[in-house]
Amino acid sequence: MLTKKVKNRILFLFSIFSLSVIAIFFIIKSLNRNILYFSSPTEIKQREDIPFGKAMRVGGMVQKGSIIINQKNIQFIVTDFENEILISYSGTVPNLFAEEKGVVAEGRLRDKNFFIADRILAKHDENYMPPEIKEIIKKNAK
Amino acid sequence: MLSNIGISLVVLVSILSFLIIYIAYFDLKISKQIIEKKIYKLSLFQTTFTVLSFFTLVIAFINSDFSLINVYENSHTTKPLFYKIAGTWGNHEGSLLLWVNILVIFSYLFLVFNHAHNKKFRLYTLIFQNILILGFLFFLLLNSNPFSSIYPVPIEGLGLNPILQDPALAIHPPLLYVGFVGCSIYFSAAMASLLSGYSGKSFAQSIKTWVKVSWCFQTLGIIVGSIWAYYELGWGGFWFWDPVENASLLPWFAITALMHSLIVLEKRNTLYSWVIILCLLTFILSVMGTFLVRSGILNSVHTFASDPSRGVYILIFLSLMIFSSLTIFFIKYKKETYNFNLKSRETFILANNWFMAFFLVTVLIGMLYPIFLDVLTGIKISVGPPFFNIVIIPLVIPFMFLMAVGPKFGWIKSKNKILNKVLILILGAGIINIFILLFSDGYSLLSNLIFISAIFLIFHSLLDIKNFINNRNKLELPRIISHLGFGLLVFFIGINYQFSIEEDFNLKVGEIKKTSTYEISFEDIRIKESKNYKAVIGNFKLTNLKNNLAQYLGPEIRIYSNPETLTYEAAIRTKIHSDLYLTMSNVSRSDYYNIKFQKKPFMIWIWISALMISLGGFMQLTLKKNEN
Repeated sequence: MLTKKVKNRILFLFSIFSLSVIAIFFIIKSLNRNILYFSSPTEIKQREDIPFGKAMRVGGMVQKGSIIINQKNIQFIVTDFENEILISYSGTVPNLFAEEKGVVAEGRLRDKNFFIADRILAKHDENYMPPEIKEIIKKNAK
Repeated sequence: MLSNIGISLVVLVSILSFLIIYIAYFDLKISKQIIEKKIYKLSLFQTTFTVLSFFTLVIAFINSDFSLINVYENSHTTKPLFYKIAGTWGNHEGSLLLWVNILVIFSYLFLVFNHAHNKKFRLYTLIFQNILILGFLFFLLLNSNPFSSIYPVPIEGLGLNPILQDPALAIHPPLLYVGFVGCSIYFSAAMASLLSGYSGKSFAQSIKTWVKVSWCFQTLGIIVGSIWAYYELGWGGFWFWDPVENASLLPWFAITALMHSLIVLEKRNTLYSWVIILCLLTFILSVMGTFLVRSGILNSVHTFASDPSRGVYILIFLSLMIFSSLTIFFIKYKKETYNFNLKSRETFILANNWFMAFFLVTVLIGMLYPIFLDVLTGIKISVGPPFFNIVIIPLVIPFMFLMAVGPKFGWIKSKNKILNKVLILILGAGIINIFILLFSDGYSLLSNLIFISAIFLIFHSLLDIKNFINNRNKLELPRIISHLGFGLLVFFIGINYQFSIEEDFNLKVGEIKKTSTYEISFEDIRIKESKNYKAVIGNFKLTNLKNNLAQYLGPEIRIYSNPETLTYEAAIRTKIHSDLYLTMSNVSRSDYYNIKFQKKPFMIWIWISALMISLGGFMQLTLKKNEN
């Protein structure tokens, strides 16, 4: 027979174990729902299974002379030197947003050529280049 | 010249470190109960030389001595004096020197102030602390030497990143460093305690003050960083769940858990192993945060130019630290028996620790998961802020209830009948929540619960303050202030979240934009020349449509020359009940300016309540001194 003390202890350990399993389960579940995938314009063109309704990130360089600004929003073209995509955004852009500079936009794809951004990522160093974009440029500049 | 002085001083400090370890090791074997005078002297020399080396660097920055690469890369003659000094720790190499300074100063202070404690324990602490000091000194000398010289000497420096030229950011690193590097001393003390067998209550007493000091500074450092982000980044938020912010939160969760369970160890002489684990964890997480930020693995608002070789060194150091501390822990681990009654204060403190552990794990997963996925599969992802909000916020609700009720229970076992009071307070909180609900267009169940629990915690703390006025039990007050601060913080963040107004639009000079509550008129722009930048200042007239009150705000676009950078300075009008926040930017030199307008209720109260949390900690420090 188990004594009361041992029983208590088993109960205690069991409840801790199940609690942590539940906690981890919920963490992972909401993690999966809030992941933002990063793609380059070329990847968007080539991949068949790009989700259109889901939030994601697109990155590359802002094409020279492509920024158009009107009363409602800003539009610009992001390129990875192979393919390009038009991005539309309403809101303030970060300090270092400029032509021929790296940019990461967060938002949703309308179609394979048009992306609506909710957020343009702020990077605060004039030499800073997001690692994802650095890789793309390295790959394509060969 | 300064370069040579600096390097000699650093080398001297390293030699002294070796000597201290050597002498302390032999002193361990002497059965005399007093630590040799020699060790005190050496430690004092070590501290003096370290501080001197730091001042050497400060002088180099003040005099703009560009023969030092570090000064050349991070300073400029036209920079205001204040930022020249702040530039010392505004870069990787200089901040590492500050890091070593704090390690050494804490090592000396711990040696001096703990004379009542066991000799072996103190000596072991000193040895471990000096091993840490040596580790970082080698890193400094081999990889990140702030005193490296450059030839020929450049005439002008490259300048400090303008984003960092801000008073809040000038004091932010030293605060955080005292907080994070201060953890090193009880990392060493925990190892020493395992080796010397100096455990339990007296161990708790020896590290108590140090834990509180570093907790206060960490809290304050995080708040100042958050204030800076609000003012400088032009986004209007104060918490971004940015990887670097997460990296600073991890040790904070660990240290907050430690601070609470340390009370249990002191009063009830139990939970020893758990306290040790937390001591080790806090510093390990601090170093890990530094590693992730400096190596460039995490990208964020911080601008330390990343360098993989730095990462490798810190990674090796970190794994050595984890490995050796865990080995010692498991060799010396002694089984403890726990006997907790459900209705006792220690159970509630344990509950606090579980919550902290949960928050810690959540943030850790959110932070590291993208890195693992990238390494394993090459898929690039990022975890958005909703993840942290969804997982953490619901748990804050029970957390706040326990936070209010827990301290009311006595140690060991208590027959506290508090149910009636709790029910009345919840009812009161519910009524106030309904009032808030009436003012808004309605909000989610989660927000309702957050408001009710926050108001409950505030009420409960106010009652505690009333009791304090009656019985004058000074020991209680710091805890009440901190807990009240937390309740207010959650409450005001909730209000701020529910009632904020945000509008983004583009305007030409002379145009007017009407929103539902404000009319914003872009009157004109003017140019202002300043010492190290040129500013384009917009003149905006904001008219409140409800009462026709007009206010003028002037957001700026600053063009810094050294290095050439553009920054957008938000115009913020702070009032007791709300902040008006306006930023202006201009892309592609078109006539349209990018405007972001925000009205954020009770912003200043968010800062005040956050400061209250750390104020509680500082009060405890002063109180304890008077008491002893």
